[in-house]
Amino acid sequence: MDFNFSDEQTMVRDSVARYLADTYDFETRMKTVHGEAGWNPAVWQAFAQELGILGASFAEDHGGLGGGAVDNMVIMEEIGKALVIEPYLSTVVIGGGFLKRAGGGNADAVIPQIIGGQVVIAFAYAEPQGRYNLADLRTTARRDGSDFVINGHKAVVRDAPFATHFIVTARTGGSQRESGGVSVFLIPADAAGITRRDYPTVDGARASEVYFENVRAAADQLLGDEGGALPLVEQVVDEAIAAVCAEGAGVARRLHEGTLDYARQRKQFGRPIAEFQVLQHRMVDMFMEVEQAVSMTLMATLRLNDADRSKHVSAAKNKIARGLRFVGQGAVQIHGGIGISNELAIGHYFKRASMIESQFGDADFHLRRYESLMD
Amino acid sequence: MNLDFSPEDLAFRDEVRAFIAENYPQQLRTKSEEGEELSKEDFLSWHRALAKKGWAGIAWPKEHGGTGWTSVQKYIFGEESARADAMRLLPFGLNMVAPVIWTFGTEEQKAQHLPGILSGEVWWCQGYSEPGAGSDLASLRTKAERFTGDDGKEYYKVNGQKTWTTLAQHADWGFFLVRTDPTSKPQEGISFLLIDMKTPGITVRPIITLGGEHEVNEVWLEDVIVPVENRVFHENKGWTCAKFLLAHERTGIAGVAASKRGVEKVKAIARTELDSFGDESAPLLANPFFKRKVAELEIDLAALEFTELRTLAGEASGKGPGPESSLLKIKGTEIQQRITELALEAVGHYGAPYFRGFGEGDNEHPIGPDYAHRAAPTYFNVRKTSIYGGSNEIQRNIIAKMVLGL
Repeated sequence: MDFNFSDEQTMVRDSVARYLADTYDFETRMKTVHGEAGWNPAVWQAFAQELGILGASFAEDHGGLGGGAVDNMVIMEEIGKALVIEPYLSTVVIGGGFLKRAGGGNADAVIPQIIGGQVVIAFAYAEPQGRYNLADLRTTARRDGSDFVINGHKAVVRDAPFATHFIVTARTGGSQRESGGVSVFLIPADAAGITRRDYPTVDGARASEVYFENVRAAADQLLGDEGGALPLVEQVVDEAIAAVCAEGAGVARRLHEGTLDYARQRKQFGRPIAEFQVLQHRMVDMFMEVEQAVSMTLMATLRLNDADRSKHVSAAKNKIARGLRFVGQGAVQIHGGIGISNELAIGHYFKRASMIESQFGDADFHLRRYESLMD
Repeated sequence: MNLDFSPEDLAFRDEVRAFIAENYPQQLRTKSEEGEELSKEDFLSWHRALAKKGWAGIAWPKEHGGTGWTSVQKYIFGEESARADAMRLLPFGLNMVAPVIWTFGTEEQKAQHLPGILSGEVWWCQGYSEPGAGSDLASLRTKAERFTGDDGKEYYKVNGQKTWTTLAQHADWGFFLVRTDPTSKPQEGISFLLIDMKTPGITVRPIITLGGEHEVNEVWLEDVIVPVENRVFHENKGWTCAKFLLAHERTGIAGVAASKRGVEKVKAIARTELDSFGDESAPLLANPFFKRKVAELEIDLAALEFTELRTLAGEASGKGPGPESSLLKIKGTEIQQRITELALEAVGHYGAPYFRGFGEGDNEHPIGPDYAHRAAPTYFNVRKTSIYGGSNEIQRNIIAKMVLGL
């Protein structure tokens, strides 16, 4: 057993942390959040070139540094700490995850472009009716000669407004929630027949409703098996959940630190409010949630290749979803009025924490999934 | 002892129900449903309709133009308003400063202010909290120095800053706690002033909150001149008014009727939204985990309702609102917050899109089901309820000291 980071992982973490501390302060982030584009391509280029982190989790054959899920965890925790809105999760963890496993020509062509920062991927999986069920698909991909023709509506596709490619789940067979008949496609964002309705999200990101109307895809745009891709989707989404847990652990850490700082400074009744035992205990409880979030993130990440992976991932997501709610609400409460002001960072950490709670399934969803998988 | 309404009460309920159905402004309903920010005119439209009917002063005694309703009638009115999704009138004038004025004010103050509060003609805001005085309100530092003007009359010159001042952007008048004696103990040097918000030296600046709302403000006072006649009760005895007012503020704060309606709305969402498990026709409300949370919420709400009814019965028999009302504030706000948590959980992915505050002219209709549009901003916003009106930590201190004698 070894919980130490490798030298490379330590270096990646330190360089990301330093870069974000120097360039990604709260005011700069909010300018990007409110700006036209909704993300900062210069930050993405710095990730690719200056820091070289976009390749950390890819194999050396594809131009990467030969790392994996632990590298994603390290980077996502820093992303959480700085509330980074640039699309590491969707592009590297999810897009890269599909491409790595699907292999072949798509992997060879696209992974180097992810590492180089030229490609941004958005994951179009959710549908208005489907909630967190990955197999609940009304989007269809009908065979037409050697091509497929895709029709459907994908909901709340994060990072879609500035993506160069979509990874789309669709039915090539089977009924709405059947596990068979699910296929995955890599589609250029400018393909004919795609329209978007773009909007901001409550946590500072951008997303779109994406509509596919007779969008043509060649057979070589399939990622994984035709009609048999649900296990691949589940695997990549479990990896994404582990990464989101790491982000959540970073967000929770900052919520807790920010609250401690504030409680030490803020004076009422002639002394710092940090001296009131009722608040001390609450901050101790928050601290314990943060530590357990880090632990569960590590547990899930290290078990991503186990046979009972999904059970462990759901355990982590359930624990962290509950922890984020407790830590986020506690941070706002201890800050008092300024905790709900939009002008301070603390409220924005709370908003992101609230969205991470339900990303890829909320606490109840993962409790139920865990329950169905436990001995 | 029984729970039945008398025939008179039932007739009253029908009258209230019919009046709301016929008179509640349609545009107010539309805006509330779509989560649009209400304008001053929107707020006033319902206030005026109720005032015309003689129903604006729900908790007012008859001698000042109030309804003089019994506790049961007030309860029925609250229930019917919530049932029809009718907004509650803003409390700052009607339920906060007005009882202070009729209890502690001079005849001139009553004559000058009560009619405008009742009719809605004059909009009031509350100048209490300061950047350095939140839970510890008595440490407030906004100072009022007394002087004799060139006209030989007595005035205060007020300097300081108030914050979290709800809807001060619309206010005509404000009631302020100010320090008139900096040398005495914190609670003993405070006075209660009524200030015309158009007085030179007052600046109102917006504070935007997490859902993008402009609901609260900073209020800056620089050399604001206030006639001494605008002080309510004795100089340096304003804390008496403040304590009295806080107790009044807390009684309505349980929000039982609105929470009942909120639970109904969560259930309606959960009947429409589908569960992630089972076949594609199973509603979320059939999910045992979600359903359990709704059931527990309903049970806690019933406990709150009957605790409030016991308090009201005590008031009706002559017991004023006491420190027990802190219980209503704590449990009421916790329930309000849990309702918004469940609503946000219920809407799933469509909790994320955000449609306000990103530049002018953003008038596209939001995407996703209508019930989802405000779920996240409302969840964020309602975190305020355990902070305002005396934070829930302060309320627990009050119960510990005043009820348990600890």
